[in-house]
Amino acid sequence: MDDAAKLEEFEARIARGEKIEPKDWMPEKYRKQLVRMMSQHAHSEVVGMLPEGNWITRAPSLRRKMALLAKVQDEAGHGLYIYCGAETLGLASRQEMVNDLLAGKAKYSNIFNYPTLSWADMGVIGWLVDGAAIVNQTALAKCSYGPYSRAMIRICKEENFHKKQGFEICVTLSRGTEKQKAMLQDAVNRWWPKTLMMFGPHDSDSPHSGTLLKWGVKQFSNDELRQRWIDMTVPQALQMGLTLPDPDLKYNEQTEHWEIGPIDWDEFYQVINGNGPCNRERLAARNKAFDDGAWVREAALAFAEKRRAAQKEAA
Amino acid sequence: MSDQTQSEWPLWEVFAQPKTGAEHVHCGSVHAPDAEIALQNARDVYARRGEAVSLWVAPSTAFASTSPSDEGPFFDPGQEKIYRHPQFYKIPREVKFR
Ligand SMILES: [Fe+2]
Ligand SMILES: [Fe+2]
Repeated sequence: MDDAAKLEEFEARIARGEKIEPKDWMPEKYRKQLVRMMSQHAHSEVVGMLPEGNWITRAPSLRRKMALLAKVQDEAGHGLYIYCGAETLGLASRQEMVNDLLAGKAKYSNIFNYPTLSWADMGVIGWLVDGAAIVNQTALAKCSYGPYSRAMIRICKEENFHKKQGFEICVTLSRGTEKQKAMLQDAVNRWWPKTLMMFGPHDSDSPHSGTLLKWGVKQFSNDELRQRWIDMTVPQALQMGLTLPDPDLKYNEQTEHWEIGPIDWDEFYQVINGNGPCNRERLAARNKAFDDGAWVREAALAFAEKRRAAQKEAA
Repeated sequence: MSDQTQSEWPLWEVFAQPKTGAEHVHCGSVHAPDAEIALQNARDVYARRGEAVSLWVAPSTAFASTSPSDEGPFFDPGQEKIYRHPQFYKIPREVKFR
């Protein structure tokens, strides 16, 4: 079969809803875009531990601390599920992907380049940011690449805990003292506009969307997913007596959708190009963690080799 | 930044048994220097919520597999032997079988 025939067969399989597995033929562009997408996604999970890790030692109760620790540990797990899926594509080893992140050559979700300034941020991140991640990842669970789809199914099962523990924090603060209410409102004011950007540029400005949609890597466009999240989240905010920082926000009775004002895309591109408030801090933290762990990785490898040699001798 | 060209821990495939009596099912992979740490990593990555009562790990390099181009010729013999299915056999209607 020549490549044109293989491509036709590949596209027919996707159209039939079949999954593509690691050893199947796939266009190089599909392979490359998946590695790009999956490694960025894995990096986001890993870097995503940092803003919340910042509050583990200052959680207001043991219950909150246990929940936050478990959530942050889950995010590490999410990163590992997706790295292992990306490795099956055979273009980059785990270490190469991690090296790109450490060297500042890889992208990850912009949202993690903002600071977590108060305890209310822990509630709002779980509610808004993990809520947005659920919308994105539920769609990705239908992705045409088998290992990515399976990783997403595993992740989606865990994300509901992330969102609910955050929502519980928000509801508690919304029924607390005036100071607690103000702290929650401040966190919402800061995170709402950033979370809207998590879904990526508008469809009209989204460079990769066309082929990703055609090959079933994505099933829905950025704007569709963003709208789904807005419609789900605005009523929850109103329920807690919160306001959202958007004077143009209104409900359209005809379409039955919430409509928002313009998004600050200049800020989005500033942050994605390395100029957000925490880009440098996040990269420094990842590099420090990697360097501090070097002796453990080396010692474990040396120990394993020594034991293998001893077993050989004994045999 | 330390030397990142250092050798990476090898890759292990992970299989989990969700409950006794069930089959072990492939769930992903982990990097680890040896089987013992591979099992510990597999527990931390794939069984944080009691998803497994038993785990297997094996070096990824130890696996052989069929390739997609085999799909036709390799599995064909299984497709054409219809006499391996009960529907192949005809019993007269008046004869009680069930
Ligand atoms: Fe996650
Ligand atoms: Fe999460």
